Amino acid sequence: MATKASRSAARLMISPAVILLLCWMIVPLAMTIYFSFLRYNLLQPGNSPFVGWENYYWFFTDPSFSAAMINTLVLVGGVLAITTIGGILFALLLDQPMWGQGVIRIMVIAPFFVMPTVSGLVWKNMFMNPVNGIFGHLTQALGFAPIDFFGQIPMASIIFIVSWQWLPFATLILLTAFQSLDQEQLEAAEMDGASWVSRFWFIMLPHLARAITVVILIQTIFLLSIFAEILVTTNGGPGVATTNLTYLIYVSSLLQYDVGIGSAGGVVAIILANIVAFFLMRMIGKNLDA
Amino acid sequence: MGRIQLKQVKKAFGDVEVIPPLDLEINDGEFVVFVGPSGCGKSTLLRLIAGLEDTTSGSIEIDGEDATGLPPAKRGLAMVFQSYALYPHMSVRKNIAFPMRMAKVPQEEQEKRIAQAAEALNLTDYLDRRPGQLSGGQRQRVAIGRAIVREPAAFLFDEPLSNLDAALRVGMRLEISELHKRLKTTMIYVTHDQVEAMTMADKIVVLQAGVIEQVGSPLELYRTPRNKFVAGFIGSPKMNLIEGAEAAKHNAHTIGARPEHISVSGDTGTWKGTVGVSEHLGSDTFFHVNVEGFAEPLTVRAGGDVDLHYGDTIYLTPDPALIHKFDGNGLRIE
Ligand SMILES: Nc1ncnc2c1ncn2[C@@H]1O[C@H](COP(=O)(O)OP(=O)(O)O)[C@@H](O)[C@H]1O
Ligand SMILES: [Mg+2]
Repeated sequence: MATKASRSAARLMISPAVILLLCWMIVPLAMTIYFSFLRYNLLQPGNSPFVGWENYYWFFTDPSFSAAMINTLVLVGGVLAITTIGGILFALLLDQPMWGQGVIRIMVIAPFFVMPTVSGLVWKNMFMNPVNGIFGHLTQALGFAPIDFFGQIPMASIIFIVSWQWLPFATLILLTAFQSLDQEQLEAAEMDGASWVSRFWFIMLPHLARAITVVILIQTIFLLSIFAEILVTTNGGPGVATTNLTYLIYVSSLLQYDVGIGSAGGVVAIILANIVAFFLMRMIGKNLDA
Repeated sequence: MGRIQLKQVKKAFGDVEVIPPLDLEINDGEFVVFVGPSGCGKSTLLRLIAGLEDTTSGSIEIDGEDATGLPPAKRGLAMVFQSYALYPHMSVRKNIAFPMRMAKVPQEEQEKRIAQAAEALNLTDYLDRRPGQLSGGQRQRVAIGRAIVREPAAFLFDEPLSNLDAALRVGMRLEISELHKRLKTTMIYVTHDQVEAMTMADKIVVLQAGVIEQVGSPLELYRTPRNKFVAGFIGSPKMNLIEGAEAAKHNAHTIGARPEHISVSGDTGTWKGTVGVSEHLGSDTFFHVNVEGFAEPLTVRAGGDVDLHYGDTIYLTPDPALIHKFDGNGLRIE
């Protein structure tokens, strides 16, 4: 089919798109790297001299840095754990034949369509607010002191909000994976004497492995850069309790007007994301072999 | 042991009655084949026996004990599925070991039985491969291996050969028959292919629309089909069924003559016709003959070297002792 001529024609045809995408990516990346080596503070306009690794030095030694790293990992890890386990359970549930299946499936997917800023605000003001929130009313009705979610358990609260947003995505992908499982395999396992738990463990879970890695990979990429939910709820606080890497970069470059350090943080975030992606790709590659 | 009795077993999906109440007895060690056209309820019947479907009413007994409410695992039956239903992420060894692992058979015993099954099924060299790396015939054998190691009371096969090519099918047919001779375990085998039924069965159960049309040995069904449906279904090529004036001469609504029971001649005979399409198989030749006054062309068998061609005149004489007669309801008249 693909002759030499048609192949080179094809290359020529797609080159504008490829070049455009490349510039789209390369230009900001190059500028970020370039800025990260300058002393560039918006409060001190004028010359911005080349300072080598100084910005990186300040970024790494910033007392918030290690906290931000840990927070990022906790946030990503927590949300991944909740959404994959929860997603599997929801998918199992939705895979059962039941009345009103179509409507229920759409409702389960709905949170995915709510903008992060909106959902952050709704949870903050309508549910988790100790005075006006529903949770506060409920705990009070039961005779307990209301929990100040963003004061007492800020990280858990944010993990909860983000999980709520991403659960539909995980559920959807895992549900389609469940539906592609050959029913005869389950029946064969049933004949072979496997209990429901064994069938889940030995047949369903291995079948889901690929979908689970896809869920983890895609979510990780997005979760590393969680920002809006933190900005509208805790502002990274109390202290630095909910400051993740993205938020720290925002603090350095836009609150402290230090473009240089912000850019250095950006580069660190890019490297971190690539390391994660590398391991995830290898994981997926292994699963795809199977 | 593997004696299975169905008593007034009925199955309906919603309002659709797929299997009207049905009685059937399968004796220990028998090779029973359910045969019938696609959609007649063979798989459903097999799945009722396996316990993968609940009966709507009636009871199933295995070895004299009521098994109607038992889950599949407790019935001691093993099933080989049409799609093989191997576990794709497990090696052949693990696939075969799976039922034993579930039954918590000791490790050494597992190894022993796997080795035996692999030996018997020519799988020894493939034990560490995944099902995806095997050919269709090998997958089929893995599925059988997984069934054997459980040492079940009976094997259930649901069209196990329909995904194989013709040559492999003949080979596997022999292997399964041999397996039955060796193990002497009850086997229930579902197929829509009457050749498989005829070659393998001790007892054939002919089904149509969920109803048992006849039960008997292959030769019983061939010699004395109980009705027109069985007559047309068993035997290859199909029996010629003739209605009208010719049948009336025999005091029947329909008469049937198998292609191999009609003799062919170039100059004299009972029926005169013209040769249509002929199929030369080397040993035999099948002629499709248009006979004057008959609604449909007849199929007849002649020797491999009968020299007749398209459009030639041909004379046919049915063997009078081997003509089957059926009444208006399609039932056999003796
Ligand atoms: N789960 C089901 N729900 C509704 N109808 C079914 C179901 N399974 C089978 N049937 C119907 O039962 C009939 C017999 O099916 P089956 O036993 O699979 O036939 P066979 O194996 O002889 O080809 C078919 O008409 C089929 O449509
Ligand atoms: Mg079937």
